Amino acid sequence: MSIPRDNLETATYEGSRVERSTREVEDLARGEYKYGWTTDIEADTFPKGLNEDIIRAISARKTEPEWMLEWRLKAYRNWQRMDEPTWAKVHYEQPDFQDLRYYSAPKPKKTLNSLDEVDPKLLETFEKLGIPLDERKLMAGVAVDAVFDSVSVATTHKDILAKRGIIFCPISEALREHPDLVKKYIGSVVPTGDNFYAALNSAVFSDGSFVYIPKGVKCPMDLSTYFRINASETGQFERTLIIADEGAEVSYLEGCTAPMRDENQLHAAVVELIAHKDATIRYATVQNWYAGDEQGRGGIFNFVTKRGKCEGANSHISWTQVETGSAITWKYPSCLLMGDNSVGEFYSVALTRNMQQADTGTKMTHLGRNTRSTIISKTISAGRSDNSYRGLVRVMPKADNCRNYTQCDSLLLGDQCSANTFPYIDVRNTSSRVEHEASTSKISEDQLFYCQSRGIGPEDAISMVVNGFCKEVFDHLPMEFAVEASRLLSVSLEGSVG
Amino acid sequence: MATTITEVPVFDLTREHFLRDMRRLAEKAAPAWLVKARAEGAANFADTVWPHSKMEEWRDTNIGALVDTEYYSMTTLPRHTLAAFDTSPHRIEGWINLVFVDGFFDAAISDTSDLPKGAVAGSLAAAIAGPAQDLVKRHLGSCLGARSAYTALNTAFIQDGPFLYVPQGVELDRPVHFLCIATERQENVVSHYRALLVLEAMAKATVAVTSVAMGAGENHFDNVVEEIVLGDGAALTHCAVIDAGTTGRRLCTTETRQGRDSRFDSYSITLGGAIVRNQMCVMLGEPGAETHLNGLYLNAAAALIDNNLHVTHAATNCTSRIAYKGVLDGASRSVFTGRVLVVRGAQKTDSMQLNNNLLLSDTARVESRPQLEIYADDVKCTHGSTVGPPPPEIVFYFRSRGVDEKTARGMLTYGFAEDLAGRIPDPALRRQLDGIIYRRFSPGING
Repeated sequence: MSIPRDNLETATYEGSRVERSTREVEDLARGEYKYGWTTDIEADTFPKGLNEDIIRAISARKTEPEWMLEWRLKAYRNWQRMDEPTWAKVHYEQPDFQDLRYYSAPKPKKTLNSLDEVDPKLLETFEKLGIPLDERKLMAGVAVDAVFDSVSVATTHKDILAKRGIIFCPISEALREHPDLVKKYIGSVVPTGDNFYAALNSAVFSDGSFVYIPKGVKCPMDLSTYFRINASETGQFERTLIIADEGAEVSYLEGCTAPMRDENQLHAAVVELIAHKDATIRYATVQNWYAGDEQGRGGIFNFVTKRGKCEGANSHISWTQVETGSAITWKYPSCLLMGDNSVGEFYSVALTRNMQQADTGTKMTHLGRNTRSTIISKTISAGRSDNSYRGLVRVMPKADNCRNYTQCDSLLLGDQCSANTFPYIDVRNTSSRVEHEASTSKISEDQLFYCQSRGIGPEDAISMVVNGFCKEVFDHLPMEFAVEASRLLSVSLEGSVG
Repeated sequence: MATTITEVPVFDLTREHFLRDMRRLAEKAAPAWLVKARAEGAANFADTVWPHSKMEEWRDTNIGALVDTEYYSMTTLPRHTLAAFDTSPHRIEGWINLVFVDGFFDAAISDTSDLPKGAVAGSLAAAIAGPAQDLVKRHLGSCLGARSAYTALNTAFIQDGPFLYVPQGVELDRPVHFLCIATERQENVVSHYRALLVLEAMAKATVAVTSVAMGAGENHFDNVVEEIVLGDGAALTHCAVIDAGTTGRRLCTTETRQGRDSRFDSYSITLGGAIVRNQMCVMLGEPGAETHLNGLYLNAAAALIDNNLHVTHAATNCTSRIAYKGVLDGASRSVFTGRVLVVRGAQKTDSMQLNNNLLLSDTARVESRPQLEIYADDVKCTHGSTVGPPPPEIVFYFRSRGVDEKTARGMLTYGFAEDLAGRIPDPALRRQLDGIIYRRFSPGING
């Protein structure tokens, strides 16, 4: 089993070139999780448990306005009345919500003026992750907001963005500096009582990113957030809110990792996107939370609610996700197509191996006229994993002439895994057309044979075929991410084939 | 202060009338094994809640109106004769026509002409009482999994229904038609049909089961469980035609268990009913079995038609083909669920699933859920689903040739639906169904 080491190194894009010890490269070649270390940083951590006092304390620590606390408490009261959803095809032991810490922040916490003041250990952490946090790496062309456990630790390129009126900051800061904007939009796409985990998130979310692109502004660079869970026995509950005003355009990237631990950790995020008239939001995720070991011990429970609202006419929201991590994934990035002629897109690659379980897909709700949606989902299962696509396409009576095209392809590597497809199609308008196609197959012997006859080793051949299988989705990722994703996929497949 | 809540058994109004009829049925004489089977059904029924929309299986199928109605079981009511009802349009020419009225066999108006030696076609009640008792005992309940409160209820009320037995290697030269008629009644009536079709190894038969309602089918509810056992190499063509009128209700669960290299061809055609759910479960338990499930639902007014398919590939080299088509008009609702499960080790599975829906009205609603659940890697599985209006380009083409829009749409709809009926191999049945479909859409074509 070998990965050409040269390829590994050249594949890292500028700004994320990290000095790797030989050992790390060896780990990579074995396909093991490479972000499994922890950083020994002194943290400001709340006691375990959840009650109204904890929520008040989180709110107070963030010096939030009074209405925000009320909002959180309302969500908490909703949550207490709700039951954990059981319809997804995943099996796990329900987390004990009283045995989690709901807040953990790196210490010391003081106002930071430049990156030099950030704890060097933290910077080292992000360097290991390959995040171009350093401002010198301007050439990387990505503005980054890094969230460590529960709080945002650094945001880069703020000045360039500020010149164009773009707000890109931690949501806790937005709550202090732009409370009206936050108040207007938060919960407008994912209400506090939307579902069990969204309600929990609304009650206890500690940080996340806030983006506002003013009228007619095209964001000059890709915005990016990196999430990292470091402390043990904590849950991460981040909340991202992105607003593109009339005619605005933004591309947002999100990446995530966590250390290797034996116990399961909970990640319950909420992402809300709002696209006004003629606005475009592209949201890309490369999710690589720790997936647990081969026996299925440990790993992140990734229970995420992501939803975008195409509010204005001709607006456009595009979700692209590459899911390779997490022990359990429960995630359905959705679009509410309200404005006439609005467009929703969902491109997804989900790879599961070992004992991973993923139930992921999308919801496209057509409300406006001439709305269009495209769903391309590629699932790859290996080992003893369970991988399901679950998607809803709903066309409401007033959505004339709308169009949906869905394609779900599954690839099975090995005979101990499963690939499932659960589409839900609900049409209430005669002038609309909805199409769904799905196929499941194993990797083609002919293609592998062809590659091998040309001198390509079996593992590389499989990796090539799988990358080709996912190409349609990778084409929708920004270039650097596409390279990362493709590499991540190759690495994840190592050791799970044959 | 701590308070304890003790669970008190609630007097359930929605169940009491069924329990009352069960007690009455128990007063009648029956073989001990049947009494035991019924008792098991009753126990299951007591343990199962009514289907509700929180259950994934019943998510879009609201049968609240059915649950809330108080039904009298046909067990205790006086039986009707069909003096005033002409059954001839529903009979199929050249077939052996066997007529059931409100769930019970009516020998007087049935053909009891001869069958090949050893084959039996008739009523389950007669089979239970007669020499075929051991056969019934062996197969009855052998296919049925725990599906719902209604299937349990059916088991608790096993009395009569279509019965067919074809011995090893025998081919029926005449197809058998079970004509089930619901008569008009003053009170709300439920018929618990229980059907059992057994084909031994290498046997071959063609069967049609037609359910029609007199009048509008008012007050009527058919709760049907049908079990089909196919031996190794057996081949069955099975057509179900359902016309429960405009207000009739029907829940039907068909469970098929297939032997090695057997073939099951099913055609399910739903023409009417206020609430109709056809659950079709096929277990491909032996290598090489093949199943072809075809369906057509013509849904108008405020009807709810639900086709729920479960195909389980539990052995290697099995093939399944699903093709269901629907036409929806008025304020109707249709739900299609096609679940193909390939269990671990069922390699070389070949499965295709297609659901096409033609939507004619803005108040109609379609739900389509073609699902795949796969635990083996050397398989070929696909599914597809479409929903749309008659294609405007083709309507335009017709108009450019001087055919008005209404006619063009009528012709397209007829063509869409007829495609499925046209696949039925038996010419007499095909002609009869084609006529029904043509009459349904001819106002558009002729007018």
